[in-house]
Amino acid sequence: MSDIASPGESLWRDLARQTLARLLRTYGSDQFDLCEDAVQEALMAAYRQWTTEPPDDPQAWLTATARRRYVDRVRSDARRRDREDRVSMLQAPLRTDVSRGDDALLLLQLCCHPALSRSAQVALTLRAVAGLTTEQIATAYQLPTTTIAQRITRAKRRLAEVDRAFPRPGHVEERMAVVLDVLYIMFTEAHHTTDGAPAHDADLAGEAVHLTRLLRKAAPESTEAAGLLALMLLTEARHPARVGPLGQLIPLDEQDRTLWDRRFIAEGLALLDLVTPSAAPGPYLLQACIAGLHDQATDTESTDWQEIHALYVVLEHVTEGRNPMITLNRIVAEAMVQGDDVALASLDDLAARHPRLARIASVRAHLLERSGRTGAAVTAYRDAIAATLNVAEQRHLRDRLRRITTAHE
Amino acid sequence: MKYLIMMHVDPAVLENLTDEQQKLLGDGHSAFLASTKEKGEFISTQALADPSQSKVVRGSDDRPEVTDGPFVEAKEFMGGFYLLDVEDEARIVELAGQIPDVQIPGLAVEIRPVVFSDLGDG
Repeated sequence: MSDIASPGESLWRDLARQTLARLLRTYGSDQFDLCEDAVQEALMAAYRQWTTEPPDDPQAWLTATARRRYVDRVRSDARRRDREDRVSMLQAPLRTDVSRGDDALLLLQLCCHPALSRSAQVALTLRAVAGLTTEQIATAYQLPTTTIAQRITRAKRRLAEVDRAFPRPGHVEERMAVVLDVLYIMFTEAHHTTDGAPAHDADLAGEAVHLTRLLRKAAPESTEAAGLLALMLLTEARHPARVGPLGQLIPLDEQDRTLWDRRFIAEGLALLDLVTPSAAPGPYLLQACIAGLHDQATDTESTDWQEIHALYVVLEHVTEGRNPMITLNRIVAEAMVQGDDVALASLDDLAARHPRLARIASVRAHLLERSGRTGAAVTAYRDAIAATLNVAEQRHLRDRLRRITTAHE
Repeated sequence: MKYLIMMHVDPAVLENLTDEQQKLLGDGHSAFLASTKEKGEFISTQALADPSQSKVVRGSDDRPEVTDGPFVEAKEFMGGFYLLDVEDEARIVELAGQIPDVQIPGLAVEIRPVVFSDLGDG
């Protein structure tokens, strides 16, 4: 979405996020709905008034206005059971002693509360932290607006049930792992949808990068936050070469590398240079290092597969072998280093443990084709086509299958 | 993750439902709708007419061929579906178990992942 990228829009979203965080910290997370409504009303008032009477301090103006709206709402709501408590709470001074970056981080932590389901965490983060509308989120996920609205309502209700307190500043590591995972899922799902379907309205990958930048700024000491940002930049850099003119998926070894975004690559690599010398090897940082090696190579042959394989071995160890996709990628690198036969044996071993992992069949098909075992490759391609849930990947596999069957007719 | 739950029905089974079973189906589907909507998992549902109302348009070398009746003659056919968006496969299997049809011998539901969606409002 181009209007979101423009500085005007991002400034509004910054102000809105900060205002919401201040209200939530003062009045409690169980007031999410009312606080959000108050912020929206204050934004509307700002749109109307600021063109003629611009405030000296926009943040202070918005916060004061939103607070007034919130207080009005609570006072007028006579049906509230806890009205007396609430009204006395309104006298409390507004907490504005927290930095802008901390506020963004705390809001992220609140939206990524472990009591919420992953999809609820993602929806709430996009709405409250990224500032997307319910309609934009619904469009991005190809879901009805009512479904997303209901998910957000339910998430807020759940938050009010489990934890009325707004997260405290100075506890950056708390929930950091969940926040990182939510942002990464937002990013990878964005690629999934743009790969599988026509271009969507909201740029979820862009939002994920934007939010991870916020996180990096708010938590400069977190090497995993830096690692995730680098991973996103180094992956996003390849995006222009990943999808062909007909929407087909182009694998790494066939991509036109001149299309890669050099600015993203440079930024990602600079981040790695800054962080890696002193960092413990966390999962996101390791994946970013691997992506960095791919991004620096001019083609498959000149890629440093030895180093990539070594990094995958460490990554598997750090994640205790829990993620079969990491093992699968390690096997792809293994094929380049130790040969296809070793890798095919490792694949059989992985498939025995994860019989339903769709991508195993497509890697097997690729290795079999490359080593000239056409008959077995055809069977593996058919298995892979049946197993994948991604339309673009399905199309890519059908193309490969057609290519080898027509070559051998 | 989007899934389609297809409800396979058998007219012979439907004709012979007891009053309790009819009520079980009616109440069960209402409860299922309400619960999946409340949880933000519901996308849409449709019930289909009897296959005797079907027409099949089949590709051929000349022009598409139109015939009356169902795609295949079968005892069971798809009577309707739920389109849902859930966290993972375990959840959709759990939900499918809540559809009242699966408490009636002779009825069944089938679950299939969705690989492409366009809800028309993007």
